[in-house]
Amino acid sequence: MFSRADIRSSIKVTALDAGKNALFVLPAVVIFSTFYIYPFFELINLSLHQWPGIGPKTFVGLENFQELLSDKVWWLSMWHAAYITLIALVFQNALAFALALACDREIRGQKFYRVIFFIPPVLSEVVVGILWNWILNAGTQNGEHIGLLNYFLNATGLPQLVHSWLSDPKTALTCIAVVHSWKGFGWGFIMLLAGLQTIDRQLYEAARVDGAGSWRTFLNVTIPMMIPVIMVVVILTILGSMQVFVLILSLVNQGLVYHTEVPVTRILGSMQGTKQFGYACAQAVVFGAILVMVSFSFKKISNLAKQA
Amino acid sequence: MRLNRYILQDICKNTVLHIFLLTVTISCLFPIFWMVRSSLMTNQTIFVDHSFFPGQLNWQNYAEAWVKGRFGIYFFNSIIYTVSVVTGIVVVSSMAAFAFSRLYFPGRDLIFYIFVAAMMIPLPGSFVPLFVMMNKLHLVNTRIGYILCMINVGLSLSILLLKTFFDKMPSDLEDAARIDGCNRWQIWWHVALPLARPALAVIVIYNSLNVWNEFILANLLLNDKTLMPLQTGLMAFNGAFQVDYPVLMAGLTMTAIPIVVVYLMMQKHIVKGLSSGAVVG
Repeated sequence: MFSRADIRSSIKVTALDAGKNALFVLPAVVIFSTFYIYPFFELINLSLHQWPGIGPKTFVGLENFQELLSDKVWWLSMWHAAYITLIALVFQNALAFALALACDREIRGQKFYRVIFFIPPVLSEVVVGILWNWILNAGTQNGEHIGLLNYFLNATGLPQLVHSWLSDPKTALTCIAVVHSWKGFGWGFIMLLAGLQTIDRQLYEAARVDGAGSWRTFLNVTIPMMIPVIMVVVILTILGSMQVFVLILSLVNQGLVYHTEVPVTRILGSMQGTKQFGYACAQAVVFGAILVMVSFSFKKISNLAKQA
Repeated sequence: MRLNRYILQDICKNTVLHIFLLTVTISCLFPIFWMVRSSLMTNQTIFVDHSFFPGQLNWQNYAEAWVKGRFGIYFFNSIIYTVSVVTGIVVVSSMAAFAFSRLYFPGRDLIFYIFVAAMMIPLPGSFVPLFVMMNKLHLVNTRIGYILCMINVGLSLSILLLKTFFDKMPSDLEDAARIDGCNRWQIWWHVALPLARPALAVIVIYNSLNVWNEFILANLLLNDKTLMPLQTGLMAFNGAFQVDYPVLMAGLTMTAIPIVVVYLMMQKHIVKGLSSGAVVG
């Protein structure tokens, strides 16, 4: 038996009761410390060591980080991820916003569209990657490029465009970015639409009474009201796109080649390929720090915009 | 006359909008259609025949994928992982969230904030030390190791969602239960959990999608082909020297269809969860 005061206020709780209460969070805390907190500190610890995965670790201080600074492939992979992110930010979110605006009007079939646009996001990256690999190019057969897109280009009289989209360094990254955007725009769409629907309709009425056209209304009512949601979508897009890599593994199946390297594939490569566990962790620490800084600076901007 | 002009304008606008929306709809659905279509071709016709509706449908591929492609085993594994991870998350996170919301003990709020903070910090390379630790614990290539890791992945968000839900729940029913002599566990099980059904639905669906589609940890922790879930199984099949494309497409379809069907049945909850997530975020 325990009284109401026991469980809700911090004052009258006996040690026994507190212990019984704490039992409820015990499983969560145990799992979380083992699989999140411990690896978190071990990540930092390992980044200061040199270790091939077995045997003793050698403490090397910040050497891994120094090596990282001059690692051209690493910074190239960073640039690749940034490129994918940039395309996703501009095109994927512009598309998502346009679709959300179109669906925000009283338009027939709104529900239908909403259901359909979220189908690509529920598919796994592996499925999407293999599927688009099949469409973009499944390699060559008898010296001819196969794949639906190339067939289509041939059939519509654009044979000069036919090539191996995914093995050509010039187009591979853009293809990855496009497929990534195809998979991801539904997220932005749903969030932006939810945001649009919280805007008070009276604001639109007021703008119209004041004689504002639809473009003015969009600039002066919709955009300012949507800034917080837009910022959330932007941050999530950045975090999601910078860390994309399963899609790349499954889309570009010729194995890892330098022109499609991104940070996470580098980390994985240092760990599984060259067995430099310490170096892999140093890469992860730097990458994580960069992501945290980027998302925090965007939160700051968002807060400033809210005050203005 | 004026009225007509406005109606006409409106019709034009709506037509343009529908054309735009329908184009995107087709671009969403066509690749999926193409996947299903390709899964019904034979190895001879798949590279030659580009018609949308081929005359002969080769259902044989599914049987072949299920047995020879080992997708039957992968499918079974995926179901085991999804069910056990989601059950684990529901039990563990609802207990924790109930305590965070209703039961006091010293350090409670601090622990809760640590859970929330973990959600905000992206940890892209954490799989490296995680793999090292699992190796030390001899949990690599075991079902339980993968399941525990995946429970952890879904924990933070589920706890946050459920705690917000419990906070808003009136305490009258709990008080009544307490007067009737229920202890903490009975209140959690008989009162809190049944009331939290809407929030639990969101958690179940969100985490099911997540576990079914998970690749990276499965790839690191499960090398044994009898333990692989569908996602890593697909990659293993795709990485073979000579890829049997019709069978691969059949495997893809088997992986994608269950999740799409679940989504279509449950899409209301998913959209609701996402929208509330956006507001929380």
